Amino acid sequence: MTENFFLYLAVMAGVTYLIRMLPLVLVKKKVENGFIRSFLFYVPYAVLGAMTVPAVFYATDSVFSAAAGLGVALVLALCKKGLLTVAVGATLAVYLWEWIGSIL
Amino acid sequence: MKNRFLIGLRHGLPIGLGYLSVSFAFGIFSLGQGLSIWETLLISMTNLTSAGQLAGVPIIAAGGSPAELAVTQLVINLRYSLMSVSLSQKLHESVDLPHRLAVAFFNTDEVFAVASSRTEPLTKSYLYGLGVYPYLGWSLGTLAGALAGDILPASLNSALGITIYGMFVAIVIPAMRERRATTWCVLLAVVLSCAFRYLPLLSRVSSGFAMILCAVAASALLAYLAPLEQEGDV
Repeated sequence: MTENFFLYLAVMAGVTYLIRMLPLVLVKKKVENGFIRSFLFYVPYAVLGAMTVPAVFYATDSVFSAAAGLGVALVLALCKKGLLTVAVGATLAVYLWEWIGSIL
Repeated sequence: MKNRFLIGLRHGLPIGLGYLSVSFAFGIFSLGQGLSIWETLLISMTNLTSAGQLAGVPIIAAGGSPAELAVTQLVINLRYSLMSVSLSQKLHESVDLPHRLAVAFFNTDEVFAVASSRTEPLTKSYLYGLGVYPYLGWSLGTLAGALAGDILPASLNSALGITIYGMFVAIVIPAMRERRATTWCVLLAVVLSCAFRYLPLLSRVSSGFAMILCAVAASALLAYLAPLEQEGDV
């Protein structure tokens, strides 16, 4: 059991829920402020970018297999493939890369 | 009413299937960080958010402060507030307060994307139907990943480590193609994130706060330099 787990769980779930719930309950009008709208628009992409690089390079057993997986993901995404295809493609690429590496 | 529930159910199926693989990867990730199977499952069942959970688990595993956890979730999940604001405009009048409290829980990126593509007002039957498979997929996938993490061969575990990042790439790349400013925003965030990882002083900042600083800085700068045009752009 992780120490203070239920405190962490309550904080995490509580904050996430409040973010989703409060605007749905309170806001009846559209967000008018251009800066805030734009900021909220960019946030998810900035978060995903920052979360992916450089962490992705340490997500597998070697930096090289991770780079191969990332490369395949980028190519598939640029070819407009869906979420599932890109995610599975990257996974297969890592698996194959490490498999080939293991038999060489 | 029942009819709309079934329509929602059907629309949610592909989302639920997509979540299976991503939450599977999350389950493995969380176990790898040192959390237990039940802790991992509880997090998924109460949060239902990929990016937030992925950022939160390392903080929990490292025994970080609850305040850090709260602020991290706030910044990473801030986008949901925008989606909820947008969704509130589309709700059928039958969706009163208790139902708003309920549907808010499963307003994920993908659920929001599907819901907002509907032309008619969103009834509560439709929204509840829409939420069923994503919730099941997210929970069951997490459980499967957490259970399998122990028994899967190491090579497969390693490969699955990248799955969730593959999904992130699949979300970010189309957005970058759509809008050049989004590309700059992502690249800036990546550069900042690398700086926080590798530069001597900056690397002392915990990963949760580093994420917040990267995202807020990049988003604020681009919101200032390249604000959205008029309504309907989001």
